Amino acid sequence: MAPPKADAARPLSPHIQIYRPMLSMMMSIVHRITGAALYFGTVLLVIWLVAAASGPSAFANVQAIYGSFLGQLVLFGYTWALIHHALGGVRHFIWDVGRGFDHASRELLVKAGLVGSIMLTVLIWIVGYVVAA
Amino acid sequence: MVQLSLPKNSRIVGGKSWPKPAGAKSVTEFKVYRWNPDDGQNPRVDTFYVDRDDCGPMVLDGLIYIKSKIDSTLTFRRSCREGICGSCAMNIDGTNTLACTKGMDECSGDGTVKIYPLPHMPVVKDLVPDLTQFYAQHASVEPWLKTDTRAPGTEWKQSREDREKLDGLYECILCACCSTSCPSYWWNGDRYLGPAALLQAYRWLIDSRDEATGERLDDLEDPFKLYRCHTIMNCAKACPKGLNPAKAIAEIKGMMVARQF
Repeated sequence: MAPPKADAARPLSPHIQIYRPMLSMMMSIVHRITGAALYFGTVLLVIWLVAAASGPSAFANVQAIYGSFLGQLVLFGYTWALIHHALGGVRHFIWDVGRGFDHASRELLVKAGLVGSIMLTVLIWIVGYVVAA
Repeated sequence: MVQLSLPKNSRIVGGKSWPKPAGAKSVTEFKVYRWNPDDGQNPRVDTFYVDRDDCGPMVLDGLIYIKSKIDSTLTFRRSCREGICGSCAMNIDGTNTLACTKGMDECSGDGTVKIYPLPHMPVVKDLVPDLTQFYAQHASVEPWLKTDTRAPGTEWKQSREDREKLDGLYECILCACCSTSCPSYWWNGDRYLGPAALLQAYRWLIDSRDEATGERLDDLEDPFKLYRCHTIMNCAKACPKGLNPAKAIAEIKGMMVARQF
């Protein structure tokens, strides 16, 4: 048999460009993205704490930025990333102990993660506004 | 490494549209990935029209129709046409499956049947991927019975319960649908064994007659070989035999933990 041609000459077949974006796969990708986003969110938290420790004027400045519409939008995103990632962690924990692998459980866990993350995020913000009011 | 875009030589350029079969009352559109190693061109996607009154119902029937009646250079693997040989594994309608068990009417959307080779693999020609590495990974898990005990005069015996543990594992036909559906395998296929090889590894780990369980686990105790599985679940969704490689991998991870106590 003739040796196969060098790999370099061969094209790579398309992958993520053509694979159907199924919810389970997208949730896994988003889990990665939210995980990375949480580093950024944690920096926001540290800035807020450092400002609080620095004194009233620094704290007021940061509060003004975080409290602006844009600031709240970012914080809302941070909340969602945190909750989404946390629920993803629970889902992965269930899978890590060998449960929830059949088709129905798998789809349920994935959907519950998505719906749960949105509902909990909204709930946290409603509570936040009620407490602040 | 994660490389989201395709290399320059792999980018798909515009393809050819072949004429509809004359006089056909009912046609199905096929969009098929093409690459010819001999013309120095980039891959393209050709459009064909299959006469449904002159063709069987499966995607493989459509491909055979195209090869027989429209373009005899269309290249793909096929053999048994009944889902047991695994040759005609390809990406159809966005997911990996066997062309012989996927009905044309099962394809979603506008009714167009979109076909690509198994994802993230070197292409030999058209829909034929190079599976050399995939087979080497299968061989690396040493998928055979390993024993130290002297062979019995008759067969190695196994209880009914122990035999049942192999159900859902031994049925694997090595079509590569699962491994090539896995993003982790796409990014780290050179070091991560992938769902198919790991399902086979578990098939021998759980076999009551096998005496090399410890060595097998030692071999898999590696950040890449086993632990690149992030339970993305594409494998379990792709398997045309309804097997669950994701669960088999979770069982191996469980064995890794259990043996430390």
